[in-house]
Amino acid sequence: MDSDDEQTIPLSQRPEWADVKPVPQDDGPNPVVPIAYTDEFRETMDYFRAVYLSDEHSSRSLQLTSEAINLNAGNYTVWHFRRLILESLNADLHEELDFVENIAKKNSKNYQIWHHRRWLAEKLGPDAAFREIEFTKKILSLDAKNYHAWSHRQWVLKTLGGWEDELEYCNQLLRDDIFNNSAWNQRHFVVTRSPLLGGLDAMRDSEVDYTIEAIITYPENESSWRYLRGLYKNDLKSWVNDPRVSSVCLKILSTKTRCIFALSTLLDLICHGFQPSPEYEEAVNALPLQRSDVGPSSSSLAETICSVLEAIDPLRGNYWNWRKEQLPALVT
Amino acid sequence: MEVIPTVTQREQWMVESQVFGIYNNFKELPRRAQTVLLEIVCDKHTEYLTNGLRRLPPSFCVLDANRPWLCYWILHSLALLGESIDVNLKHHVVDFLSRCQDPLGGYGGGPGQMPHLATTYAAVNSIITVGGRRALSSINRDRLYAFLQRMKDPSGSFRMHEKGEIDVRACYTAVSVASILNILDYKLVENVGDYILSCQTYEGGIAGEPGSEAHGGYTFCGLAAMILINEVHRLDLPALVNWVAFRQGVEGGFQGRTNKLVDGCYSFWQGGVFPLIQRLLRSIEEQLRIIGCRKHDNDSSKINVNLPEETRQMHSGLFEQKGLQEPPDVAKFSDVGFDFVKRSADIGPLFQNFALQQYIILCSQIMDGGFRDKPGKSRDFYHTCYCLSGLSVCQYINLETADSSPIAQEVLGPYSNLLEQTHPLYNVVLERYYSARELFSHL
Ligand SMILES: [Zn+2]
Repeated sequence: MDSDDEQTIPLSQRPEWADVKPVPQDDGPNPVVPIAYTDEFRETMDYFRAVYLSDEHSSRSLQLTSEAINLNAGNYTVWHFRRLILESLNADLHEELDFVENIAKKNSKNYQIWHHRRWLAEKLGPDAAFREIEFTKKILSLDAKNYHAWSHRQWVLKTLGGWEDELEYCNQLLRDDIFNNSAWNQRHFVVTRSPLLGGLDAMRDSEVDYTIEAIITYPENESSWRYLRGLYKNDLKSWVNDPRVSSVCLKILSTKTRCIFALSTLLDLICHGFQPSPEYEEAVNALPLQRSDVGPSSSSLAETICSVLEAIDPLRGNYWNWRKEQLPALVT
Repeated sequence: MEVIPTVTQREQWMVESQVFGIYNNFKELPRRAQTVLLEIVCDKHTEYLTNGLRRLPPSFCVLDANRPWLCYWILHSLALLGESIDVNLKHHVVDFLSRCQDPLGGYGGGPGQMPHLATTYAAVNSIITVGGRRALSSINRDRLYAFLQRMKDPSGSFRMHEKGEIDVRACYTAVSVASILNILDYKLVENVGDYILSCQTYEGGIAGEPGSEAHGGYTFCGLAAMILINEVHRLDLPALVNWVAFRQGVEGGFQGRTNKLVDGCYSFWQGGVFPLIQRLLRSIEEQLRIIGCRKHDNDSSKINVNLPEETRQMHSGLFEQKGLQEPPDVAKFSDVGFDFVKRSADIGPLFQNFALQQYIILCSQIMDGGFRDKPGKSRDFYHTCYCLSGLSVCQYINLETADSSPIAQEVLGPYSNLLEQTHPLYNVVLERYYSARELFSHL
């Protein structure tokens, strides 16, 4: 592209900038954290300060902000000024999307790029939804947990729409990597907020089945356990009473797997009023443990679970011990 | 069928093998060598940090809009290490930050840049860390208040800068600077709690925006902000505690989100949640009692309300009633940060304190100075600041009151590793906070 070649010519030697007097940075006589700027960086910013201070909304100013952003995409003042220029010039915002896309390729973890992108999409309106969904998809194909990309995607869905294939997109990402918590979080977002799916109450049943299958395949996957609990966020009573929840705990514990998440889910269920049948106690007692770790067997099942967790999950020993101390107020 | 490990699994196993490699090598060393490796190389860190304060290479051009942050990361690290900087350098810091201060209030990322909430937080904390009347009086509090008001969105949340993004970070940095400078009032506080509350996710942690994923940085910011505005009881605290307790991994360090990799900076963002929790125990246990009571109600009737909703209604009812009789003002918030740190911790840490110290020292520390995210990464000032902050949290977490000193058993490695204590809500060294408060509480 031409603009790349142009950057090699210093601004001070470009005829179109001859009338502008660059403004040096006022760092003072004894700056701290002074950066040894490259000549190109210093000159670009000196000219930027000149047009910023004179509030010059021109196409050469716009070009200058591109160069400044290429050198430091984190300068929010430059981005802000760029938006003012784009508005004044009534610029083609589709071209602007290309510009952002090029910057994002180099650095996709920067607040400014995504804020700018949101501003653009808002101006373009619902027609931009498809392109934005595809854009985030591209970024997420390189890093499926990019926080900014997910936030942007959610904003697009909420503001501009494009929900049609979102649950399938979550399915696809979870098929690729069932441990991807960002994809689980997106699934929760879709299930609770998509206008096409009828909300959590309508979706709960099929989602519980989906999640339980995921749990059985990988009981050590914290994401799916937290998602399961999240499906009952507005209705804990159903969580306690849904036999599928308690029985997936039992099923996993019965295989003598010392599964922290199965135990902790069972503990939470009991704390919320679940009445375990004797099989649960048998399954917990049959777990391969050193009995001395666990203390007297006369204690309640909830206490036993806390003791087992203290033993098999020493990293959270203090936490499980505290949970045990809280039991009397909860389990009677 | 052959099971192919997923990306998450492969990356996790790679990090585990590196970290366990380090721990296994350590175990096989003679005791004397172990002691050496457990030492915080204070001189090297100081050299790395003060060099940064004096000069940064061209690669820092990409941080040109974060210079108050660079000041804070460096100055706070030095303060935690107990290192003082000479008077001239102090003056230079204050002069430089004054050039970042906008004539209409707030601080930008460098001289002449627009004011921004995050760099305002960094600048204010840097100035408090430098300390002294000259430094503290360089902050234009009236203009800063006006800037905060301009950044407040009609929804109650805050924007990072003029027409900038809204998120929980913006809410925290606004509330934190207002609180520490004693300019927090009801107008700034109004409805910000609603926004933060809407960011607590089904996992229990707090996200940057409503709907996003629970995240360590935002969880610290959201929780600390809710404490500073007296609305922490509105969060689902048992769920938050559960989520954060699970973020500590087998490596000893913390991950930022579920199923992500360990990273040294979360030693503070996640580890720093625990000293807050310790002082909130009464609120947490109150919420647990409500679960207990409601459960019995459930047995006989069909009452079924979610816990945070229920406590929210209960408490906000009280809050509003009080508000009618006695309009809340600055006085309502001016002692929160001070009283909170003076509160006794009613319980020990709810995480594995030594495992975290071990990760910070053996995996994040660079023997040439500085700290890093994880083995294989290079050092930077941000990770140096938050690894040291996390380490300080660990060392002081077993103290029941704020004004005693940790015993040698609490400090992994030689006792000379003991750092200064940090204020758990603002993350400035406690003694510097006290000096600043002496001035600001009378203004
Ligand atoms: Zn980090």
